[in-house]
Amino acid sequence: MTFATTLKNTLAKDLQLEWRSKDAINSMLFFALLVVVIFSFSFDLSPEESRPIAGGLVWVALLFAAVVALNQTWSRELRNSVLDAYRIAPAPLESLFLAKTIGNFIFVSVLELVIAPLFVIFYNLRSVGPVYQLVLASVLGNWALVVNGTFFGAISIRTRSREVLLPLLLFPISIPAMLAAVNATANTLTGEGSAYLPLVFLAVYDVVFTAVGLFLFETVLQAE
Amino acid sequence: MTSTDNPGFVVSLREVSKLYGRFAALRNVTADFAAGKLYLILGENGAGKSTLLRVIAGLIRPTRGQLEVLGSKDIRSIGSQFGYMAHASMLYEELSGMENLQYFARLYGISDPAICEHAIRTVGLDPSLARRAGQYSQGMKQRMSLARAILNDPKLLLLDEPFSNVDVTSAREMARLLGEMRDHGRTIFLVTHQPALLERIADESVWMSAGEIILREHGVSAEAIASGVTPVQRRSDAP
Repeated sequence: MTFATTLKNTLAKDLQLEWRSKDAINSMLFFALLVVVIFSFSFDLSPEESRPIAGGLVWVALLFAAVVALNQTWSRELRNSVLDAYRIAPAPLESLFLAKTIGNFIFVSVLELVIAPLFVIFYNLRSVGPVYQLVLASVLGNWALVVNGTFFGAISIRTRSREVLLPLLLFPISIPAMLAAVNATANTLTGEGSAYLPLVFLAVYDVVFTAVGLFLFETVLQAE
Repeated sequence: MTSTDNPGFVVSLREVSKLYGRFAALRNVTADFAAGKLYLILGENGAGKSTLLRVIAGLIRPTRGQLEVLGSKDIRSIGSQFGYMAHASMLYEELSGMENLQYFARLYGISDPAICEHAIRTVGLDPSLARRAGQYSQGMKQRMSLARAILNDPKLLLLDEPFSNVDVTSAREMARLLGEMRDHGRTIFLVTHQPALLERIADESVWMSAGEIILREHGVSAEAIASGVTPVQRRSDAP
């Protein structure tokens, strides 16, 4: 069984499961919308005032909402011990990790596509810098979030309080990536400062943590 | 890593122990199991039956001792040659039985849906059933789980209480199917509290107690079926 085939099948299965249950998407959307609405009512900002802080607000909303999806990823596999069926199958375990990461990336990206226009409306946002930089920051920041979230989600599956443990593990390790994503977003929105360095940092972060996740995933999954 | 230390045996255990803190789920289990037989693993709750199956399946690493399955010490490398059925159904509740089996079949490199349909029919279910597995009765889940375990035509089949919550007629049908598989050279390990269902089918009863194999006897003893007592109780009750 090749890596690519298992990856494709597992990703297709995860998308099908989410399409039918809508567990992750619904809870993420609800949570993110709450954050957008609460912040917009808490601050009465002009477009000039909102540009420097909007990056932070978007990423805080995404970070907290993503944890909901990341918790769902593995609980679905633990229900009825389905993960054991995967563990004994002659399929590469790393492809499971990558399929889950890509699946989560898609879920968080869908969420971002929904809440980005809402941020624009609620905070009167208009980007001064090039929009492609916002897209890059979004893609690289999302990947940083989900690759670590999927990996630490796998670490916490055997603990009783995994819903609590995941953010405790994920948030500290994500701080550098989130700071870079917030900087890249804020610099692009305000047009002050360059987004280049934060974007390069995010790209390197993504490569390093994806490689570490792939390398250690089998050990994590087979640990008792 | 392969070995030819025990060429005639499908499963060989050498002083295998599994400890959870100070609790020993398996204690120095040493045993060899020949190919083409149906072994019943019997014993009271907590005797270590399920742990033994999970160790053989490679889902649990023994704390001590050595294990060889189908001639290999690396159990992941022989994953395509055995099937495992646990207490839980190991099925996605949001998918239908056929969708579940097709996903798992692809993990074994099987892309022909006819193989999944055959496995489902073999356990007495309808492959065209569109209902999601979460809406199945417990007995249907058990049978679909058995279909999942046999779809790669395994040489070695590890079944943990396959008859629980299954009606008597279906359980007898499943037992007949397992007998046929054994007749075709498959080796089957079956944990059950209903040995009577396999009275004429099982080749050997392996009795476990407190993490140890305490007795291996040919077939299923009528006394055990009738009285439901373990060999330990039988021995301690003897004058």
